[in-house]
Amino acid sequence: MAKGKKRGSTEINASSMADIAFLLLIFFLVTTTIDQDKGILHGLPPWTDVPPPDIELRERNVLEILVNSNNQLLVESDYIEISALKEIAIKHISNNGKLPNFSESPKKAIISLKNDRGTSYEIYIQIQNELKAAYRELRDIEADKLTGGRMTFDQISDCADPLDEIYKNMDQCNVWKEKIKEDIPMIISEAEPKDVGGN
Amino acid sequence: MGRINKKKKETPEISTASLPDIIFILLFFFMVTTVMRKSDLLVKYQTPGATELTKIKYKQATAYVFVGFPMDEDVYGTKPRIQLNDAIAKISDVQPYIKEQYSLVPEGLKGQFIVSLRVDKDVTMGVVTDVKQELRKADALKINYSAKKRIDE
Repeated sequence: MAKGKKRGSTEINASSMADIAFLLLIFFLVTTTIDQDKGILHGLPPWTDVPPPDIELRERNVLEILVNSNNQLLVESDYIEISALKEIAIKHISNNGKLPNFSESPKKAIISLKNDRGTSYEIYIQIQNELKAAYRELRDIEADKLTGGRMTFDQISDCADPLDEIYKNMDQCNVWKEKIKEDIPMIISEAEPKDVGGN
Repeated sequence: MGRINKKKKETPEISTASLPDIIFILLFFFMVTTVMRKSDLLVKYQTPGATELTKIKYKQATAYVFVGFPMDEDVYGTKPRIQLNDAIAKISDVQPYIKEQYSLVPEGLKGQFIVSLRVDKDVTMGVVTDVKQELRKADALKINYSAKKRIDE
């Protein structure tokens, strides 16, 4: 028996290779964090040293949202829950002059957001989220009309991205995107928060 | 014929020779996808949940600002703090930091520059507003409030 074994060609034992590779694999598995960089996109107004001039706006076009340091919401002097915010925002933007205290047209609709320095960040993000959702819903309806139900607004803006080359009809998408953005501009005005505190 | 019969009698073994290769392929996949965290976190943060999320496309054009509660409470206290790179920073450090990060962005991506705000959900808006004002002064107007996907029932 032993003699027969010795005569066979000598092979390097590779069985431990798998174990070594396994160890390395487990190390990388544990250290990997597939980093999802997702969030709510937001634009800031440019900095000016002089306070911006007061622009006269018709009051009906402005949807005023106030949040206090107890995270309570006041929309057009009504106390509401966050879950109702999207509905009201949609009603305001797409009013088209029907109801007297909402906007005249989506182009003129403005949402004014004022929060306290004591407002929690989570509530702030939720409000931003609801407002974005409201605008997205309206823009999707518009996108649906323009493209004949083929694309949503997100798809249009993806395909209008000049650095993305997988789409062919970029120019058409750009036209659509600009049209929708012009018809339903997202105007959210944020006032400088005051430290009111208050209960 | 006799020979063939002899071979058949041997117990067939599953070849494990390709196992290391398979494992190596997996290993390489994870090695490539692993991003070693550049900066050690000195603050704890748990981002809020939201539904209207946008992905940041260009990581090279992104600057990060962390706001959260210090891990080392003995040194930094319990109030929310700002972290830039590897260190806890003052609010006045934000502007130079952003300008520096902007200068590091490759030329073709300058227009895509975005600041990712990783803020703990329990922080109050005071700190966040201060950071936002500094970002406005630094002319970094595109920001992204980092958030997790929230599933609505």
